[in-house]
Amino acid sequence: MLFYLSLAAVLFAVGLFGVLTRRNTIGILMSLELMFNAANINFVAFNKYVWADGLIGQMFAVFIVVVAAAEAVVGLAIVLLLYRNWQGIDTDHVSVMKW
Amino acid sequence: MAEPGIVFWILAVVTVASAVMVVTLKNIFHCALALILCLFSVAGIYILLNAEFLAAAQVLIYVGAVAILMIFAIMLTSNLASKAIRQSNEQVMVGTVVSVLFCGGMLALIYLTDKAIVSEETGVAFWRQVRGTLPADNVASLGGYLMTKFMLPFEVVSVLLLAAMIGAIVLARKEKA
Repeated sequence: MLFYLSLAAVLFAVGLFGVLTRRNTIGILMSLELMFNAANINFVAFNKYVWADGLIGQMFAVFIVVVAAAEAVVGLAIVLLLYRNWQGIDTDHVSVMKW
Repeated sequence: MAEPGIVFWILAVVTVASAVMVVTLKNIFHCALALILCLFSVAGIYILLNAEFLAAAQVLIYVGAVAILMIFAIMLTSNLASKAIRQSNEQVMVGTVVSVLFCGGMLALIYLTDKAIVSEETGVAFWRQVRGTLPADNVASLGGYLMTKFMLPFEVVSVLLLAAMIGAIVLARKEKA
């Protein structure tokens, strides 16, 4: 299990790096998907190696997938809206929403 | 715990390498393709972990829907996807330091926990004592959960999906002058 947890930690750190350094909003969303996947690997690994009595961890992962899909849909709609209104989707251009 | 086989290492290397490509490549379209590769190999990891339904859902939802949606968004904003545009901000150094620190901290926590929390009777870490066995019929058990124990979250999440759909339509629709 240690290997799966380590893989998830590395994947999460890579996603964190992407979220911190990307200028492009779509790039940030893609890095977020990486982080969701890292969390899912953790859930499934714990389900198999710690509490195999049932599939509760996999159930959580399924719900995370659903929520991630909803998040991607709304996020990309916001991206398109930004593109239409500001002709750019870089995060350092969009400071209007900071209040 | 059995040592993970060669398949795990291949999948792990592919996952991490493509994840690094996702966050570092200059062309955002190539990033999306690397993201698809990464999601596929995570599906392989799920299969190694006896989560067949989740692997199928990963391929269908992530690769089939989310990644394609990303590519659509990239295409619709396509003049921004050229190589000439800098894709990373001024925080690259800080971001590297933070994520390396985070990764090191997580790995240290994982291994220290494995060393520290050891059961007295068996001499192995608590979290390596598998309780129970995974049900053989993965999909059937998950479906059973959805209809019994997780009925309420299932309904709530359907409302969430509806809300996300309506939100996306409202956000992306053309303003009427």
